[in-house]
Amino acid sequence: MKVITANRLLNGDVVWLGESGNWVERVTLARTFEGKDQVAEGLSIGQQAEKNQEVVGVYEMDVTLEDGVLVPVRLRERIRAAGPTTHPQFGKQAQAVSA
Amino acid sequence: MYRYDEFDASFVNQRTEQFKDQVRRRLAGELSEDEFKPLRLMNGLYLQLHAYMLRVAIPYGTLNGRQMRKLAHIARTYDKGYGHFTTRQNIQFNWPKLEDTPKILEELAEVEMHAIQTSGNCIRNVTADHFAGAAADEIADPRPYAEILRQWSSLHPEFSFLPRKFKIAITGAPNDRAAVQVHDIGLQLARNDDGEIGFVVYVGGGLGRTPMIGRKVRDFLPEEDLLAYSEAILRVYNRYGRRDNKYKARIKILVHETGLEELKADIEEEFEKIRFGVLRLPDEEVRRIETYFAPPPLEVGPAVSAVVEARRGKDAAFAQFLKHNLNPHRVPGYTSVTLSMKPIGGIPGDASDAQMEVIAELAEQYGHDEIRISHEQNVILPHVKLEDVPAIYDRLAAAEIAEGNAGLITDIIACPGMDYCALATARSIPVAQRISERFGTADRQAEIGELKIKISGCINACGHHHVGHIGILGLEKKGEEFYQVTLGGSANENASIGEIVGRGFSSEEVVDAIENLVDTYLGLRSGKDETFLEAYRRVGEVPFKEALYGAA
Repeated sequence: MKVITANRLLNGDVVWLGESGNWVERVTLARTFEGKDQVAEGLSIGQQAEKNQEVVGVYEMDVTLEDGVLVPVRLRERIRAAGPTTHPQFGKQAQAVSA
Repeated sequence: MYRYDEFDASFVNQRTEQFKDQVRRRLAGELSEDEFKPLRLMNGLYLQLHAYMLRVAIPYGTLNGRQMRKLAHIARTYDKGYGHFTTRQNIQFNWPKLEDTPKILEELAEVEMHAIQTSGNCIRNVTADHFAGAAADEIADPRPYAEILRQWSSLHPEFSFLPRKFKIAITGAPNDRAAVQVHDIGLQLARNDDGEIGFVVYVGGGLGRTPMIGRKVRDFLPEEDLLAYSEAILRVYNRYGRRDNKYKARIKILVHETGLEELKADIEEEFEKIRFGVLRLPDEEVRRIETYFAPPPLEVGPAVSAVVEARRGKDAAFAQFLKHNLNPHRVPGYTSVTLSMKPIGGIPGDASDAQMEVIAELAEQYGHDEIRISHEQNVILPHVKLEDVPAIYDRLAAAEIAEGNAGLITDIIACPGMDYCALATARSIPVAQRISERFGTADRQAEIGELKIKISGCINACGHHHVGHIGILGLEKKGEEFYQVTLGGSANENASIGEIVGRGFSSEEVVDAIENLVDTYLGLRSGKDETFLEAYRRVGEVPFKEALYGAA
């Protein structure tokens, strides 16, 4: 199971492609893609968003469900989704827990 | 202190204006990311894991209070209240917004700073001994030469698209504190029999995935030939350096593949063509630039201060600070003070805006307005009156940058690692923090003595792990962080590349493994005077290997 991720052009924030084609701030809200064709579709939506100056550096990443919640598989992506492990006061982990 | 001339000011302002327009065009969709990326990198702006990162140049690690206050202001206004000093004597901001970066560059230009050539395949910020102009063992201040190299290499049209990045380091003392032998060009100031200044020249040192110690190409390069000879090296590299493979593109690979003698001959041939041309350094120009670095007026004072000695006896932490964080100054009565950016359990090289303000105040009040950043990620006040040390120490202690650990096991170099860096394969900072906590008591650190641990979060080796007495390289193995340990590296005048001791360790195991190595050293050293590195060089890897993995 995969999701599409990128950084916002304007401020560099980590974002994921959401259900309605918007870019969401939390991986738990990302739209999931199964199989090559779906992932290719997701990437092409992402590439269009790059052309529209919304995001940069679009790529797909693996996620899994833990207790019904989407969680990145690789540590790198878990850190991107949360913020620096050395600075719990910064990054997404510092924002109010929602979703 | 070097100050901008009219050329510097105008080109930095021009560049800032250009970048402002480039950002505008990017946001308007007139530039694609592919077109914009090389432009932002030329101005030190990377995209990392969580955000953009701006790397600001601190030429040869020298700055003043006003500049440090500006860095504090940028941290507070455009970032999250902190910055990170790097192994190239630069500072990085971890959270700037793209739309704010032109404004940040404008603010930097107000204090004669910029981010030019902190990235890209060009000649990077020239680094130098952080005790330059102050150290008792110095032949001459290396910074005038670093400045001459900076002027020559800034926006050098021929060398803006080299096969790969190019780093130059220079030291003015026989005790190399600038790691010159692991740079593309390493320069060590020397005097010949006639007392003239020149340079021992090393070429092709470097770390990364293929670590190599630089090879000596000149025993004594006369001062006047510095630029022509550097240009000759760069021309040979620019012509023959590999462009087919990014991982084989540094000059060290060219030296290795071509062979030293042939490459030396190529350099000398090129040098002969240009040595009497425009790059020959006029003596009066060198002397003029030296005046920019003229030492502050320092009155000779007593080599021992009564106030310092009185406190030494009754304050153990202060005594520890005196023992490890002061470097002998060439003027009696003065000292160079290392401010430890390695608090126990803290993040190596991080400084808050408030700490930067304290550093600026102390430099202005007690340090002739001079500040240095070391490649070991600490901050130095190079010219301090011995009798002022207690007052400085108290202010540092209040700001939590007074740990007396310079050169000790908790004075760890660590790259940002996977907590920030898009290239990293594992985290570095948390490992540094755990080692620091494990060994952090004053007694234990002092008992272990000089021991340099250096940690990189990937093979690119920004944390200099290859030249750590103990080096730690973070990799990813089956989705988990995994740490390879090397022993016996050194970046000083007796430079060596550390050797991999055996299979690596998980994140849970690695600190225990380091403790095991340290205990082994304590058990086998010939006495308290024998450092970890000396002991390792005497006994070899076998006892350490056995301690980690059992007898073969």
